[in-house]
Amino acid sequence: MATTADTFQAHHDDAHHDADHKPGFFARWFMSTNHKDIGTLYLIFAIMAGVIGGAVSGIMRMELQEPGIQYLGWWVEFLGGGASDFDKAGHMWNVLITAHGLIMVFFMVMPAMIGGFGNWFVPLMIGAPDMAFPRMNNVSFWLTVAGFLSLMFSAFVPGGTGNGAGTGWTVYAPLSTSGSVGPAVDFAIFSLHLAGAGSILGATNFITTILNMRAPGMTLHKMPLFVWSLLVTAFLLLLALPVLAAAITMLLTDRNFGTTFFDPAGGGDPVLYQHLFWFFGHPEVYIMILPGFGIVSQIVATFSRKPVFGYLGMAYAMVAIGVIGFVVWAHHMYTVGLDVNTKMYFTAATMVIAVPTGVKIFSWIATMWGGSLEFKSPLVWALGFIFLFTVGGVTGVVLANGGIDDNLHDTYYVVAHFHYVLSMGAVFAIFAGFYYWFPKMSGRWHSELLSHVHFWLFFIGVNVVFFPMHFLGMNGMSRRIPDYTPAFTYWNEIASNGYWIIVASMVVFFANIGWALVAGKRAAGNYWGAGATTLEWSLTSPPPFHQFETLPVIEDHHSHHDHIGGRPEKQGARPAAH
Amino acid sequence: MTSTTLATRNLRTGFIALLAAAGMLGLGFAAVPLYRLFCQVTGFGGTTQRATVEEADLAAELARSAGARTMSIRFDASLARDMPWSFAPRQVTDRVAIGERDIAIYEARNNSDVPVTGTATFNVEPEQAGVYFHKIQCFCFTEQTLQPGQSVTMPVQYFVDPKALDDPRMEGVEQITLSYTFHRRIEPAS
Ligand code: HEM
Ligand SMILES: [Cu+2]
Repeated sequence: MATTADTFQAHHDDAHHDADHKPGFFARWFMSTNHKDIGTLYLIFAIMAGVIGGAVSGIMRMELQEPGIQYLGWWVEFLGGGASDFDKAGHMWNVLITAHGLIMVFFMVMPAMIGGFGNWFVPLMIGAPDMAFPRMNNVSFWLTVAGFLSLMFSAFVPGGTGNGAGTGWTVYAPLSTSGSVGPAVDFAIFSLHLAGAGSILGATNFITTILNMRAPGMTLHKMPLFVWSLLVTAFLLLLALPVLAAAITMLLTDRNFGTTFFDPAGGGDPVLYQHLFWFFGHPEVYIMILPGFGIVSQIVATFSRKPVFGYLGMAYAMVAIGVIGFVVWAHHMYTVGLDVNTKMYFTAATMVIAVPTGVKIFSWIATMWGGSLEFKSPLVWALGFIFLFTVGGVTGVVLANGGIDDNLHDTYYVVAHFHYVLSMGAVFAIFAGFYYWFPKMSGRWHSELLSHVHFWLFFIGVNVVFFPMHFLGMNGMSRRIPDYTPAFTYWNEIASNGYWIIVASMVVFFANIGWALVAGKRAAGNYWGAGATTLEWSLTSPPPFHQFETLPVIEDHHSHHDHIGGRPEKQGARPAAH
Repeated sequence: MTSTTLATRNLRTGFIALLAAAGMLGLGFAAVPLYRLFCQVTGFGGTTQRATVEEADLAAELARSAGARTMSIRFDASLARDMPWSFAPRQVTDRVAIGERDIAIYEARNNSDVPVTGTATFNVEPEQAGVYFHKIQCFCFTEQTLQPGQSVTMPVQYFVDPKALDDPRMEGVEQITLSYTFHRRIEPAS
C-alpha cells in the first residue's frame, strides 16, 4: 500500500502527482483517508441509519395509532423472542424507543452533521488540503460503524424481560443495571463507547484542523460560520462525551463487577447517574444543532446575497450557547427532588440560553430583510428550520420553568419539544445542507422541483405527527408507554397518519437522489452564483480528489463573507458584498 | 511554513485536545466522591449531618438561651425489595424541643432463615432541613447483621440545630420526616 499511502499525503508538496489520481475501490472506500470520501461515507451511513431509525418509529406510530397493544407481540416473535406475552411486548416497546433514540442521535444526526458535512466542508471552507489527521479520520468513521453494529446486535440477545436493550436512550440506573440482566444492555453500552470514542477522535481532528490549517490570511474572525459552528461543536464533544463515557463505564462495572456507584444498597445513588448523563446530555443536544446553525447561516447569506447580519454576534452566540450549555443540565431532572433554590438556579440558567439563541434567529431574519431572496430549495429548507426550531425553542422555555415542568416532565409535551428542535430543527438543517451542497459533492444537479415537493410533504408530515403531541402532553399522556386511555385516541390517530406523509416525502427524496445520480445535469463550480462566496465555490463540482495543493490566500480586501471575490476595482459584474 | 512544522503543530494541538478529553474522563469518575462530599457538606437532597456529643451540648445550650420552640419529627421506615426483614419505628411521631437531644427507637427482625446483613440509607424531608438534622448515634452508621429470626431494637440519637430558626427556608416547617431504607448488603459475586 505504499503508493496509496503516498497519494494520501495531500499536503506534501509533491508537485508531480496528479490531483485526481484515486486509489482502487477497496483502498478508496475502506481505507479511506480523504476527507471528502470519508464525508461521503458518513453521509451514506447516516442515510442508512436514518432509514432504520425511521422504520422503527413507524412501528411505534402504528402501535400508538389506537389504544391497546396490537403489534408488539408480533414483533417479539418475528425478532426471535419466542412466544410473546404482556411483559415481553412491553419490553419490545422499550427496545424500540431505545433503538430509535440512540440511532437517531448517535448514528443519524451526528454522523450527518459532523462526520458528513463537517468532513466535507470544513477543510474546503478554510482552504486546507485535508483534515489534520487523515488516518485517524478513517478510524473515527469505522468506530462509528462498529458502534452501530454493536447496537443492532444487542437487539437479538437477552436484555432482561425479553431480547434487546430496553433502557431508553438515557440508560438510567437501576433499570439499566439490576433491571436488565443479560448481555443486551452491555452491548448497547459498548455501542456508545465505540461511537463516543469515534466522536472524540473526530473532535480532536476538527479542532486541530481548524486551529492550525486555515489558509494564509483567514483569521478566526474571517472564518465562515459553518466552520465556527463545527469548532464549537468539537469543543462540546471533547468536554462532554468523556463524562458520558465515565458514567456508562460505571454502569458496566455496576452490572458486571459488583460495584455500587449507582446502587443505594452499597452507598451509591442512582440520581448521580442522572447528573452525569445530563451533564453530557444537554451539551449533546447542542452538538446536534450547532452545525445546523452553521449550515443555515451559510445558506441564508447565499440566497440573500448579503453577508450574514451581525457576523461576530453570530459566532460568539454559538460560543455562549456552548458555554452556558454546560451549566443547565438539571432542567432534565426537576422531578428527582431538587430543592427549590436549585430549581430556581437551573430555571434561570436555562432561560439565559434563550438569549443567544434569539440573537441567532433575529440575525437570520435581519440577513434576509431587504435581501433579494431566491427561493431555491436550500433556502426553503432553511426557512423551515428557522420557523420550526423557534417553535421548539418556545416550548423549551416553557419546560425550563421548574414548576411547570413538574407537570409536563415525561409527557408527550417533552416529546413534542425535542422533536421540534431535532426532527424538525436538526433534520431540516441537514436537508438544507444536503440540497445546498449535493451538486458540489456529486457534480450533478438534483431536481429543484422534487426538492420542493419533498420539502412540502415533509413539512406537513412532521407537523401532523408532532404538533398534536403538545395537546396530548398537556392532557397528561405519558411518554415511553405503548398503551393509553381511549381519551387520547383522536390526536394519536392523527399523529400516526402524519407518519405516512413523512414516508411519502422520503420516497420523493430518494427518487430525487436517484434521478440526480442517473440523469442529473452536470453542476458548475459555483452553481449558486454571486451569493456563494466561501472557498468551496472556487473549486470544480465535484472538487478534485486533492484540492488546494497551492494554498488559497485570503487577502485584506476579503471580508468574513467573501473569500473568493477579486479586488473591488476588478470586480465588474459582482454585486458589492460588503 | 513547511509541512514538518505543520505536522508537529498538529500533533501538539491534537495531543492537548486528547489530554483535555482525558481530564474530563477523570472528572467524570471524580464526580462520585465529589458528589458524596457535596451532599454531606451542604445537606443537599436532605442528607443529614453527624455531630459529636460536645456539639450537641453546645447546641442545647444555645437553644435554651434562645427559648426555642418545638418541632414535630416523623419517623419512616422502608425496605429494599429483596430485604427479608421487617423494620418499623416504635413511635411514628415525636415532638422535641429544638436543640434538645432525643432518642428514637426502630425495631427490626430478620424473617428469613439465613443471617442477613443490611445497611440503611437515610434522608430527611423537607430537604432544606438536612443541614440542621444532626445524628449523634445511629444504627445507620454501620452495617447490621441479624441472625435468622433475630429481633433487635435500634436507637438513633439526634437533635435539630437551633440555627434552623435563622434560616428563612425553614420558615413554616412544622415537621421533619426522618426516613430510612434498609438494603441487603450485596454479597461479593456468588
Ligand atoms: C431555548 C432552548 C431550549 C430550552 C430552554 C430547552 C429546555 C428543555 C427542558 C427544560 C427539557 C426537559 C423537559 C423534561 O424532560 O421534562 C428539555 C428536554 C429536551 N430538549 Fe430542550 N431546550 C432547548 C433547546 C433544545 C435544543 C436546541 C435541543 C436539541 C437540538 C433540545 C433537545 C432536547 C431533548 C432531546 C430533550 C429530551 C431529553 C429526554 O428526556 O429524553 N432542546 N429541553
Ligand atoms: Cu437540556
